[in-house]
Amino acid sequence: MGLKRLRGSLRQVIVFSLFVVLLMAGYSAYKGFGQSIDDAQTDWPVVGSILPRTDDLTMPSVFEIIAGVFAEPRGLNEAFGSIVLREAAITLREAAVGFSVGVIVGLTIAIVLSSSQLLERALVPHVIASQTIPLIAIAPIVVIWGRKNMDFLPWEWHDWMSVSLIATYLTFFPVAINGLRGLHSPSSEALELMDSYAARRGQTLWRLRLPASLPYLFSAFKIAATASVVGAIVGEISAGVTGGLGRRILLEAQRYTTGPERLYVAVLGAAALGIFVFLCISLLEYSLVRRKGTEAIL
Amino acid sequence: MTADPTPAVEIRPASAVEISGVTKVFNPGGTNEVLALDNIDLNVDAGDFVTLIGPSGCGKSTLLRLVAALVDSTSGTVLVNGKTADQARLDRDYSMVFQKAGLFDWRDVSRNIELPLELMGWKAADRRRRSAEMLELVKLVDFAHHHPLELSGGMAQRVAIARAMSFKPALLLMDEPFGALDEMTREHMQNELLRIWSETETTVIFVTHSISEAVFLSTKVVVMSPRPGRIAAVIDNDLGTRDDTARDTPQFFANVSAVRRVLRAGESQ
Repeated sequence: MGLKRLRGSLRQVIVFSLFVVLLMAGYSAYKGFGQSIDDAQTDWPVVGSILPRTDDLTMPSVFEIIAGVFAEPRGLNEAFGSIVLREAAITLREAAVGFSVGVIVGLTIAIVLSSSQLLERALVPHVIASQTIPLIAIAPIVVIWGRKNMDFLPWEWHDWMSVSLIATYLTFFPVAINGLRGLHSPSSEALELMDSYAARRGQTLWRLRLPASLPYLFSAFKIAATASVVGAIVGEISAGVTGGLGRRILLEAQRYTTGPERLYVAVLGAAALGIFVFLCISLLEYSLVRRKGTEAIL
Repeated sequence: MTADPTPAVEIRPASAVEISGVTKVFNPGGTNEVLALDNIDLNVDAGDFVTLIGPSGCGKSTLLRLVAALVDSTSGTVLVNGKTADQARLDRDYSMVFQKAGLFDWRDVSRNIELPLELMGWKAADRRRRSAEMLELVKLVDFAHHHPLELSGGMAQRVAIARAMSFKPALLLMDEPFGALDEMTREHMQNELLRIWSETETTVIFVTHSISEAVFLSTKVVVMSPRPGRIAAVIDNDLGTRDDTARDTPQFFANVSAVRRVLRAGESQ
């Protein structure tokens, strides 16, 4: 990594931090303003009737939220932030497995559909329709199925695998759709060139269509990676499995009045997890699709 | 029945390419039916440098693609090295160079040149060696590990030629390969191509719409006329010398005029 790149990364970190500070300032400013509506309605009659009021329960202060990370919940000998981190790791595992399976399924669908126009026209609507089924409807089915009927597998089925499967349902879609576009992206001249060398179908796929798809696939991977976190969280909540960020968010929502900052911390943890997986994919892209003359967007 | 001993002499087809009675109709039966090529006969001898020249729509690119078996003829036969065009394609008897270099930008120059060799299942060490040899042929030794986006148009086209020549095919098919280059680069590339042609003894079929390019490069100029695509004339083109100096000889100007006359005659029909 050159000095120039190091400086570029440093600048990105600074801008990101500045933005976090700005977000915190904006949050605090609105919190103050929203509370003042309640205290002195006369000063802001119009605005006060449009914008929602706030109080310490709906918007705990930034300092309370930060303190919430380090505070040890009653009866526990562990900082809340570390609890969230442990649960984020559970969710990360579910999301990572769901993402990987989704990539394999999505790529397979893209390759199969790209091989024939008839198949593509006939099946793409079904792929799209699959995404209109609400996740909360299939989640319990998948979990119950997993508990009852997965004994044919050589390994023991755990509930978290069902959650992964639910995440897969969200991740295969962008990979399949973008992959299909990418596989169709080579120019007719490039395809004629491969034909003129009497390349077999598999050779054209491996040496032309797939490498040409990489930029398309990585956009899909970024969407799929963040979607896999969402899928895992929603999966945990609707499937009723134990552990994970989703369960934590549900729990903290239920006892919100006794500690609103804890829900904020848990949600921020989910956001951080999403950013983390996004960055992982970006780094992978940078190392794989680094082409001269093109900039990696991290 | 006694078995004949196999003849000791190698049977070599006299012609590199034999086209007889070839007709090509696009969208047959449709309202947009086009007669692209009408009853074409053409022989290309081994070692020839044949140029197909004519205005747009005369079917010169289609004729080239018929030889490459990238499109099928409606009727007539195309023989390459004595086999059907498609068999010749499967046997990798020819190689093609397009107007766009069409390099794969995820591969460096050297790996681009190795592409056909990879498809043919060559070992890595052999590929490396051949690619180095080809880089020498097109004088790009220092650019082996550059990426296509870092190359100028002329350099990219030289890589495309090196890629096409990598497995030393007997026949090179070129579809306006220098059409997108500026005049200076173009003349330089023409000189280079002639040098490569004489060094490798490859048969070349070259599509262009530049008269001077056709006359400078070829041993035979095939002039085509449009709608429907027909061969208007085949002009034997002997300039004596085969290098840059030929551009200023009276013979060169005379042959340019001859080709132009046939092209004009085709237009006024």
